[in-house]
Amino acid sequence: MFLSMNWIEDFVDLSGIDKLQLIHKVSLSTAEVENEIFFKGSDVTGVVVAQIVSVEDHPQSKKLHLLKVDAGDGKLTDVVCGAPNVRVGMKTAFAKVGAKLGEIEIAPRPLAGYDSFGMCCSEAELGISEDHSGIMDITEDVANGTDIKDVYAIDDIIFEVDNKSLTNRPDLWSHYGFAREIAALAGRPLRPLEVEDLTAYDNLKKIDMKIEDPLCQRYSCMQVENITRNVSPVNMRIRLYYCGMRGINFLADLTNYLMLEMGQPMHAFDSRKVEKIRIKRFDTPFTFQTLDTVERNIDENTLMICNDNTPVAIAGIMGGLDSEIVEDTTTLTLESATFDAVSIRKSTVRLAHRTDASIRYEKCLDPEMTTVAIGRFINLLKKYDQGVQVVSALTDEYAYKYDTVTLDFDKKFVDRYTGIQIDNETIVKTLTDLGFEVTLDGDDFSVVVPSWRATKDVTIKADIIEEITRIYGYDNFDINTTRSPLYPVRAEAIKTNEDRIKDTLVKRWRLHELHSYVWAYNDELKALGIEVEDNVKLANATNPNIETLRNSIIPTQLCQVKINTGYAADFGIFEIGRVVDGLNADGLCNEKKMLGITLFSKTKDIKTLYLELRDILAVLAGDIKHKTLSYKSAQPTHSYEHPVNLNTILIDDAAIGTMGIVHPAVMKKIDKKANVVFAEIDMAAFTDAATDAIVYDEPSKFPAMTYDISVEIPSGVLFQDMAACWSNDQSGLLKSTRIVDTYDTDTVHSVTIRFEFSSSERTLSSAEIQEIMDKVVEKLSEMGVTLRG
Amino acid sequence: MNEKIIALQNEITEKLSQVTDLVELENIRVSALGKKGSVTALLKGMKDLSVEEKKSFGAQVNSLKELVTELIDSKAKYLKEQEIQKEIDSMPLIDITTPATPDLGSYHPITLVQRQCETIFKSMGFNVEDYAEVVTDYECFESLNIPKHHPARDMQDTYYLENGQLLKSQTSAAQNAILKKYGKNLMENGVPIKAIFPGRCFRNEATDACHENTFFQMEGVMVDKDISISNLIFFMKTMLSEVFRKDIKVRLRPGFFPFVEPGFELDISCLICGGEGCPSCKHSGWLELCPCGMIHPNVLSEGGIDPEEYTGFAFGLGLTRLAMMKYGVKDIRDLNSGRLKALSQFTDDE
Repeated sequence: MFLSMNWIEDFVDLSGIDKLQLIHKVSLSTAEVENEIFFKGSDVTGVVVAQIVSVEDHPQSKKLHLLKVDAGDGKLTDVVCGAPNVRVGMKTAFAKVGAKLGEIEIAPRPLAGYDSFGMCCSEAELGISEDHSGIMDITEDVANGTDIKDVYAIDDIIFEVDNKSLTNRPDLWSHYGFAREIAALAGRPLRPLEVEDLTAYDNLKKIDMKIEDPLCQRYSCMQVENITRNVSPVNMRIRLYYCGMRGINFLADLTNYLMLEMGQPMHAFDSRKVEKIRIKRFDTPFTFQTLDTVERNIDENTLMICNDNTPVAIAGIMGGLDSEIVEDTTTLTLESATFDAVSIRKSTVRLAHRTDASIRYEKCLDPEMTTVAIGRFINLLKKYDQGVQVVSALTDEYAYKYDTVTLDFDKKFVDRYTGIQIDNETIVKTLTDLGFEVTLDGDDFSVVVPSWRATKDVTIKADIIEEITRIYGYDNFDINTTRSPLYPVRAEAIKTNEDRIKDTLVKRWRLHELHSYVWAYNDELKALGIEVEDNVKLANATNPNIETLRNSIIPTQLCQVKINTGYAADFGIFEIGRVVDGLNADGLCNEKKMLGITLFSKTKDIKTLYLELRDILAVLAGDIKHKTLSYKSAQPTHSYEHPVNLNTILIDDAAIGTMGIVHPAVMKKIDKKANVVFAEIDMAAFTDAATDAIVYDEPSKFPAMTYDISVEIPSGVLFQDMAACWSNDQSGLLKSTRIVDTYDTDTVHSVTIRFEFSSSERTLSSAEIQEIMDKVVEKLSEMGVTLRG
Repeated sequence: MNEKIIALQNEITEKLSQVTDLVELENIRVSALGKKGSVTALLKGMKDLSVEEKKSFGAQVNSLKELVTELIDSKAKYLKEQEIQKEIDSMPLIDITTPATPDLGSYHPITLVQRQCETIFKSMGFNVEDYAEVVTDYECFESLNIPKHHPARDMQDTYYLENGQLLKSQTSAAQNAILKKYGKNLMENGVPIKAIFPGRCFRNEATDACHENTFFQMEGVMVDKDISISNLIFFMKTMLSEVFRKDIKVRLRPGFFPFVEPGFELDISCLICGGEGCPSCKHSGWLELCPCGMIHPNVLSEGGIDPEEYTGFAFGLGLTRLAMMKYGVKDIRDLNSGRLKALSQFTDDE
């Protein structure tokens, strides 16, 4: 919304005050002002009122005229002018030689063979309207040579307020509202609005009007006749134009002017079309043509202004074409009303039609304003069009009145909330300046909220704090830390685990952390031949590529690997992110936080890569949980999983995730010459697994003994199965086992396992070790594992 | 002196002068001083001599033995030094100025900025909370004093799900749960509520260099008996100065958010121009960074906390925005692009 400083100065004397500073203050105390401030008229100099003394047609041009003008400097000046509306005796705006109009500097110049010493100007050339149909026709009685700026308020400072910062302030959708703020900020008094005393018309007939729907809070109207003026006063048009409104005609301009000045939308009907005003909704939908000639669908929820049963306007949004003021209109009915804000808002959304009026109504306008606005309207109407006659009494139905809001608080409340000391006198002055009625008894305040703030904006004590502090200025605050007591803070385990996992993956394994989206990428997955699995969908996605939520991070990571195949021959990525695994029994999303790891390699064979991934997970479990992981072969359930190498990962026999190799069909689409493996861990399951305590095992003073066996392992037997042969050894002497050699051919898979034994009490004998190992070998042979010769 | 001794001495001395390695030297030692060595042999020839002669000859042989031992030891020392020197001389000069290949892993920039913020708040006794991304209308709006059809809902285009839940459009969606989680401890034991909750948020909007449908915020709340606007400014200024590692100027402007009263927009002095005005800050010298305010009494009540007795502040810091400002990322879409060329640059930055 654009605001005119001249307009604001109608209501508050700002002489001697730095206006730019003031605008800056508005931004810090009231509402966000856009950075660009417009100094209207500052690029116009040297333009005076001049009278055309003679007009001759240019001999060679149909358009041009040769003028002699009197610019009040005791001589006649020759001017070549192309405007169609020139006539002898006309007064116009004349840019003398040396004048400036924006970028243009006026200099003597020949025009179609004749010298021209200056330029007659249109309103558009002066920047005060879009009208460039002809030069200005000045009707005001002013002497030739008078500076145009002494006649019209061309110089003005225009600033724009961000509408979004006004959503909670119905009172600020107007110049008068801002004038009140600025008066408070500048410490100057606010002048009251000049309004017509409407009680003078009480003896005239009332208009037949009735509110038949609770959505209309107040409806005020009045009839006037004999409006003869068609074009608005120049200064009024300049203000409207500067504030972004186009001049239409006097009556339309005046309703707009009123709205910008007071924030009250008004509408003028042809009285013949509204003899019996009824405000109501209709049970059945219908179409209605608004004055912009658009046919709109009206449903049973849309409040309408009607002439008995004929709709004539959409309440609070726009008037109808059929009841508009036309050429032969003699009597006007002025409407000034307030409606339920939520209803207007919903109707606006339904109709997809937001107007200057509806924007204001949505904010909960003050119903007290309707009659004041009519008083102001009549005041201005009569000022600019003396013949106007009021032909009805003020007709007003006040159906819904907001309760008066009174708030009681004490100084201590303000001190506690602000954390600084603001004295009682300042509090009283600030609130009074803003229109609050303040009673102070000792340190106890009682405050009556003005009606224009009481519709929803200021309803609780905390709201008062804002009023006091914003005017006081946040820049003036002392900044202090709290005096709250201190207690130890324990971090959430899932958060700490997350940090530790990230550190290990980045620092030890050199993986890269990536982020992604919570939905499946339809197009990208399709390109990899991965189907988007059925899952919870977005109800209002605007992009068809992102309609389904993902149930795993891995497909996302495969898409990420795909775009990075050129990054390096080997790399690994990870993410700790969310997935949704369908709905739970309560119909709520089963959201999970998952760790996804995907490794890509062009240099490592698949076994090496897969075991590297195994080691990464083993380090996480060993480091964070002090535990060893175990694995269970799994059946593929997703199209990207390799049917052979897919494992469930377990801690203490509880599944915490899955690891696997990418299906060759998908693999080939990622990169024909690379290997890709993946793992996905459920962070909650990982966090829930108990962490083993660290128990110190003092190194033995007696020498350890090792015993190697080389075994041939039949296919299908896992190391994990073999380990069962020695893991329940009762002697307590076996300290560790590890593979020291591997020998593989096409037909034989064999490993050398080194067993280490020690005792903290004695030196072990070969015989007792042999005895243990004999049992192990016997058990191994039962599962088909044989010693190599 | 015995001629034999002199001859042997000359012979050994001559051999030693020729020697060039330790193996040869050891051979000479054995051939001279060993059981069958030439010096030892001299003593064996003494049996024919008189007692007097024996005494003199024996003494001379012993001095020869001492002399030879000494000569051999010194030669050994010399040869050992020679060997080390040879090893030193053979060592090539390694050019360590060739480009290093550290092959580092990387963190997502959001993680880095998030950790910096968490560290600061943890040091001031704040809990770090983890919260869901899929939430209910109650969590995201109703509990935050934003009833249905409230114009504030227009400010955010929310992704709704088929089941009626939604993707949280703001981290404030966790406020109610946090207040309920710690409220009892506050009211019964006087332990202030101090918590931050970083998280991912979603808005249903078209993406471009400045807009993303998925981004991170970090919400913070503090509730106690006398939490004030002055405290709020302190915590915001402290955090931002720590994050940017310099004194950051902040200013508050009134801002309307239904869950705070009073509500503010917090600006920081432009990091690029320092407040002089530049294209980055649209020539204002300030950057809008963080909505904040005093928690609305209705929000406290909804969280089970008596607003007459307790006050609190809340803020919603744009972590994504912060990361972009801190690292000079111009296109917000880079962050979720998954492109390692862009994202592998962010190594540890504690």
